[in-house]
Amino acid sequence: MSASLIEMRGITKSFGAVKANEGVDLSVAPGEILGLLGENGAGKTTLMNVLFGAYAPDAGEILVEGRPVAIHNSADALAAGIGMVHQHFHLAPRLTVLENLLIGIAGKSGRIDRARGLARLTEISRQYGLSLDPNLPVSALSVGEQQRLEIIKALFRGAKLLILDEPTAVLAPSEVDGLFAALRSMAAQGLGIIFISHKLNEVRALTHRCVVLRHGKVAGRVDHPAGTTSAEMATLMCGHEIVPPVKEASTPGASVLTLDGISTSGHAGTPLRDVSLFVRAGEILGIAGVSGNGQRALADVISGMLPPRSGTMTIAGKKVAQFSPRELQALGLGRIPEDRMTTGLVTNLPLVDSMVLPRIGTEAFSRKGLLNPAAIRAFAEAQIEAYDIRCPGPMVRAGALSGGNLQKALLARELAFDPKVLIVSQPTRGLDIGAARFIHEKFLAMRAKGCGIIVIGEDLEELLMLSDRIAVMYEGRIAGTLPSADATVARLGLMMTGAGHTGEAA
Amino acid sequence: MFRLEARTSTPAWFNLALPLIAIAVTLVLCSGLIAVAGAGVVEAYGVMLSASLGDSYAITETLVRAAPMIFTGLAVAIAFRAKFWNIGAEGQLLAGAVASCFVGAIPMPGYLAMLLMALVGAAAGALVALVPATLRVKFKVDDVVSSLLLNSVIYYALMALIEGPWKDTFSGYPISPPIEDSANFPVLIEGTRLHLGVVVALIAAPLCWFLIARTTLGFRIRVTGENPEAARYGGINVQRVLISTALLSGALAGLAGVGEVGGVHFQVMSDISPGYGYSGIVVAMLARLNPLGVVPAAIFLAAVMTGAEAMSRATGVPAFLSDVIQGTALLAMLVALLFTAYRIRRVRASA
Repeated sequence: MSASLIEMRGITKSFGAVKANEGVDLSVAPGEILGLLGENGAGKTTLMNVLFGAYAPDAGEILVEGRPVAIHNSADALAAGIGMVHQHFHLAPRLTVLENLLIGIAGKSGRIDRARGLARLTEISRQYGLSLDPNLPVSALSVGEQQRLEIIKALFRGAKLLILDEPTAVLAPSEVDGLFAALRSMAAQGLGIIFISHKLNEVRALTHRCVVLRHGKVAGRVDHPAGTTSAEMATLMCGHEIVPPVKEASTPGASVLTLDGISTSGHAGTPLRDVSLFVRAGEILGIAGVSGNGQRALADVISGMLPPRSGTMTIAGKKVAQFSPRELQALGLGRIPEDRMTTGLVTNLPLVDSMVLPRIGTEAFSRKGLLNPAAIRAFAEAQIEAYDIRCPGPMVRAGALSGGNLQKALLARELAFDPKVLIVSQPTRGLDIGAARFIHEKFLAMRAKGCGIIVIGEDLEELLMLSDRIAVMYEGRIAGTLPSADATVARLGLMMTGAGHTGEAA
Repeated sequence: MFRLEARTSTPAWFNLALPLIAIAVTLVLCSGLIAVAGAGVVEAYGVMLSASLGDSYAITETLVRAAPMIFTGLAVAIAFRAKFWNIGAEGQLLAGAVASCFVGAIPMPGYLAMLLMALVGAAAGALVALVPATLRVKFKVDDVVSSLLLNSVIYYALMALIEGPWKDTFSGYPISPPIEDSANFPVLIEGTRLHLGVVVALIAAPLCWFLIARTTLGFRIRVTGENPEAARYGGINVQRVLISTALLSGALAGLAGVGEVGGVHFQVMSDISPGYGYSGIVVAMLARLNPLGVVPAAIFLAAVMTGAEAMSRATGVPAFLSDVIQGTALLAMLVALLFTAYRIRRVRASA
């Protein structure tokens, strides 16, 4: 066995009474890709923040190439050869790719050597197959390219160990392949990589070895991820077996949401071009497509954030006039946004505020402009109980909750009002298996109750499992619609690239 | 070695403790200046305390001074809740003063005059605040800059008025004609300057708290301030909330000016406000934007102001110390706010 690049021994870190990490041992050899698995709140991010110097551990030590080191901040970590790519990027959007690389590494004289920086960027690009135009501003880069820049930035500063915190959560499936190719090439050239994820198929495809965390402790180690089943790993992560939900056969009723010839303009993303679709009561319609093909505009139109330029929308037989969130809610539409933290919730205010936000002006929570604090509190407490939202109570700061609990809260605030139609985007992005399972069950229960649901997503397996029909978006249009019985990942994948126009036009 | 670490939650007692700690730090820092000025620190602060809160007359004087800062503090606190950065309370106060002085000079029954002064003064303040709010909502103009610069515009407009067409013909000084005697706010305690406006200010604070905490408008203000995107997604008309907030904030600042005209000066002069609008920012920050906290914060600053004058007479320390204390208190509070989000952790120095 080769000497370890990095070794963490007996790492313990508490926040108040909560032990986020307890006696965790972990090591990475040069050329090795280590998977770090665990549910949300299992302590993966805390452990990596300890390694990167954001938190000081209460106990334990870190060894780099066999020597103990003290890492107090990110500068220490970088000096020790540890680079981290966070989930949220740390880039200056107005500066170019090259300028972002040069931030903070000006020479002692204060001069910035652009030529040398450019040479080094070219070298890294060639070595690992990570190409980027050095003169493009970061604001012009796609999310995948920004992530590539973060990786290059770490390598630029001499990282020998690269930590990636859920790097695929922000990527489209096609971009994931590119990322994996680059990571394999880095490992082949002797770098160590820690890959944090809870997508088991990705971990099995990419990593050489896995450490599974549960409740802050090492719950298990997997030496041959490729030869282990996802079910076995999931059991290690959750501590119990995970059974996929059962979708019962149902007969859809009348259409509850119909879009007819909707086109948009003035949207940051791809606009919609003559989109027509419908979803019936008791039916789940999946919307598949490579990210950036108009899904965001579709979600914005249906949820009342973007009035269309032309076309009509009907909810339960009533034509939508203003496309305002309030009007749509009154017509019986439930909405769950793609970005929980920025669009769904007010992270700095108590959870209860986010839970009543969309309906604060209705009789349920206020009368004649005066709030009804008792009703508001009772509603929040009832939903916290009903959805098993793990939190100290309704007055906790919303931002303190984990992603899964936040998504449950958003689900609760809509489903409590028995919507006739539900529009959701990326419902389980970033959630662990247990939370995702809970969300899926709720969707299927709503379907059984006769709610029509539109699920916009990039996870094809999830769409196939949930949907009755799947529509594929390509360049702002509906490229085709398939009953999910006829759909396969391969067939959908083909339609997503604009090839193979099959199926009836919805 | 010490380092800052992000907090996962903020203890509730911090809300009360932080302003007190900030004030304590401020007094310690400023004691250095008192010593440099050659006076005894204990003696100087002692004079300050007894002159501002030492007897019932001193207390009424402090309250009279606190009243305009309660109004401007409320104006700033409500605006900042919505993240409408109203730095223009000073100009809104002056507009309220001018407008109410115009009305107060018209002969009419006293109570009608007082009511109209309040309404017109509040409307004038609201109108001034509407300018930066509209510029921000319609044209994305930075509200810090526009509301701040508007203060100078209003101030020089006031100067032009009292140096020109509105100059008091009797005295010949650059001051406006006085309001009618019947429009003077009633004095509540004989022999003091404690006027009706002070009581209105003290009532306004719990009303503002109620507005923020218990009404749908208050809810919308809070949510819009913390996350406008989630507010819009939740069906809140963010632009309308910003405009409503600005009108409310400007009206409160305008009332500060009404109180100064109707209860203290009975006319408008160039120095009618010694920066009450700016002090409102300090008050609001010390109060952590809580309308109920505005009252003690304003009384503290008012005590410093009245106390500083007495201290200056007794010990020779310049009365400017009051300005220094205000500024230092704001800075200390801003630093203290850091500890709501972070805590200091001691790290063992190891290899």
